[in-house]
Amino acid sequence: MPQKTAKKSATRKAAAGSDQLRWMYTQMVRIREFEEAVKRTFIEHPGVIRGHSHLGDGAEASIVGALSTRRDTDFVMPSYRCHGYPIVLGTPLRNMMAEVFGRKDGLCHGFGGSMHLADPARYFPGTSGIIGQSIAHATGAALTAQVKKSGQIVYCFFGDGASKQGAFFESLNMAAVWRLPIVYVLENNQYQAYTHFRLEDANAAAGDPLSKKAEAFSMPGTTVDGTDPVAVRKVVAKAADRARAGRGPSLVETKFYRLSAHGNVITVPPLPTQFPEHEAVAVYGNRKEFEQWKAKDPIKRFRARLLKDGRLTETAAKRIEATARAEVEDAVQFALASPLPAPEEALLYVYA
Amino acid sequence: MAKEMMYGDAIAAAIVEEMQRDPNVVFYGQNMAMTERDPMLKKFGKERVRLAPISETAEIGIGIGAAMTGLRPIVELWMSEFMLVAFDQVINEAPRLRYMSGGQVSVPVVLKAGYGFCAGWAGQHSNCIYHTMMGIPGLKVVVPSTPADAKGLMAAAIRDDNPVVYLHPYMLTLDKGEVPDGEYVVPIGVADIKRTGTDVTIVAVGWMVKKALAAAERLAEEGISAEVVDPRTLAPLDVTSIVNSVKKTGRVVLVDQAPRQSSAAAVIAGEIAEHAVGCFHALRMVTALDTPIPYSEPLENYVVPNEDKIVEAVKSVMAHEAVAA
Repeated sequence: MPQKTAKKSATRKAAAGSDQLRWMYTQMVRIREFEEAVKRTFIEHPGVIRGHSHLGDGAEASIVGALSTRRDTDFVMPSYRCHGYPIVLGTPLRNMMAEVFGRKDGLCHGFGGSMHLADPARYFPGTSGIIGQSIAHATGAALTAQVKKSGQIVYCFFGDGASKQGAFFESLNMAAVWRLPIVYVLENNQYQAYTHFRLEDANAAAGDPLSKKAEAFSMPGTTVDGTDPVAVRKVVAKAADRARAGRGPSLVETKFYRLSAHGNVITVPPLPTQFPEHEAVAVYGNRKEFEQWKAKDPIKRFRARLLKDGRLTETAAKRIEATARAEVEDAVQFALASPLPAPEEALLYVYA
Repeated sequence: MAKEMMYGDAIAAAIVEEMQRDPNVVFYGQNMAMTERDPMLKKFGKERVRLAPISETAEIGIGIGAAMTGLRPIVELWMSEFMLVAFDQVINEAPRLRYMSGGQVSVPVVLKAGYGFCAGWAGQHSNCIYHTMMGIPGLKVVVPSTPADAKGLMAAAIRDDNPVVYLHPYMLTLDKGEVPDGEYVVPIGVADIKRTGTDVTIVAVGWMVKKALAAAERLAEEGISAEVVDPRTLAPLDVTSIVNSVKKTGRVVLVDQAPRQSSAAAVIAGEIAEHAVGCFHALRMVTALDTPIPYSEPLENYVVPNEDKIVEAVKSVMAHEAVAA
């Protein structure tokens, strides 16, 4: 397959070159390996992960496609389903896993856990565990960029459930009135916790895409196949360009399917917890839906396409996968070996 | 040097001076900066002074996000009850984000609101809800009672690296007082003895400081020497200053515009009970009655503490026999 240098100028635009595509595949695989390892930990090391963890498997194309348009100092503000984003930003997986395990070497020294990763040095200031509320924080980061004229934009990620919260409506209205430099990525993974989105969304109930909500704020709204990172990249690039040009916010609905359950089973100690079956099966008895979407696994599809287009060889793909697996295994071992915080450290960080 | 200023003007002066001092300070809220003629807009420009839509969750949440990324926003919320529609942001976002990040981020946002507007605003605009924010580690709550404190605590709130709820009693807005010229910062977390005395300690909050001082004047005429302590900051609370005064006088009256149940007075009473045990003879709380604030004037007056109730409470604690040394 031809890989002409002439193609390279196109990487500046929405079309991705081979290097970019391989980078995207690599990041998607790293996210998937990380999430699989978190999920396995509930079985292999019961009790190590406390509370509630939420995985981004299925969201990889949305995360990576969107962030492939990011410039170095742009802010990334996701929700509590937050593992995937810092992986793309280059946050060390060791410290991420150590945080999920509540260890001293965790990104947040064990104060946040799975829901509250933060790496402000990499422009990922933190998350909220309360659905939808971080949309306002992301909008505030866009205010900072605008006031400081820094040229930064904000990538704000949240789920379909969050788009039912007042914080969503208020924030998008204010961002539009103030023409803030922000891209709202509504990751429609089709389930708000256990509730199918058609049961709670007016647009969906009427057979419309969720991006229709953008019309209420007179901003562009686009729905894109969130299992295709190249398609996501193309749409988000346009929204990012608009934000950079000072023309204000956009809403992009990336539609895909969460491949794991909302989170691990909520149990009261000392009962063990692990990931249950997906809600489609466990709650709605719809295995067919689940299997159909599983067949559209964004990583499998992207891999097959890259191989078919000659952008990636089988050997190179296997190398990417083996490297990611080793990186994640190293992170797990590092996290297991990391000490727990000293109890009295609980008094740190209350006030600045 | 000092000059006489109204309480409301003292707050505004602090905001202007801090905005001149630090380009990262921004100021926005509903129904402000609406025209090009707005003096703040003229002085600081439309980037830093903004009109916000009626959206408290987004206003406060945006302030938090902006604070996390390098600005020092002051969010004008007008009335403390308006925060209730956005209480997740006040209670469960602003004070938690730094802690959850393991100290990586800070949230230097000021949430400014008036409270306790006892002028016929009835059940939803006149209440004291600071007790809901006193027990939230990570959140600071200041309640200035004089023009000087209003200025100094606003400056401190803006400079503080933590989220600060700045609550000003609406009833003091037009009160005049001496305010030091130029840069004036009152440290957060430090109580102030507004009047020294030897017989009884009156700890009063916000508007009630004024009433306590008036009561103390009357009591002085009857030979009772009251010390009036103003915590100024409700969180974190300066327990030491309060306890030291109580240990000195041996009697205490706590005056709070909030309803008794779970009031600031109740919290302070608990601290005194633990830290001044054996050192005081009697304690009384003068609070609002446990009702919403009613509309009609006699009803409102009945519910809210006043000078007479404070005088009566002081006399009742004075009637207690001194505990034998």
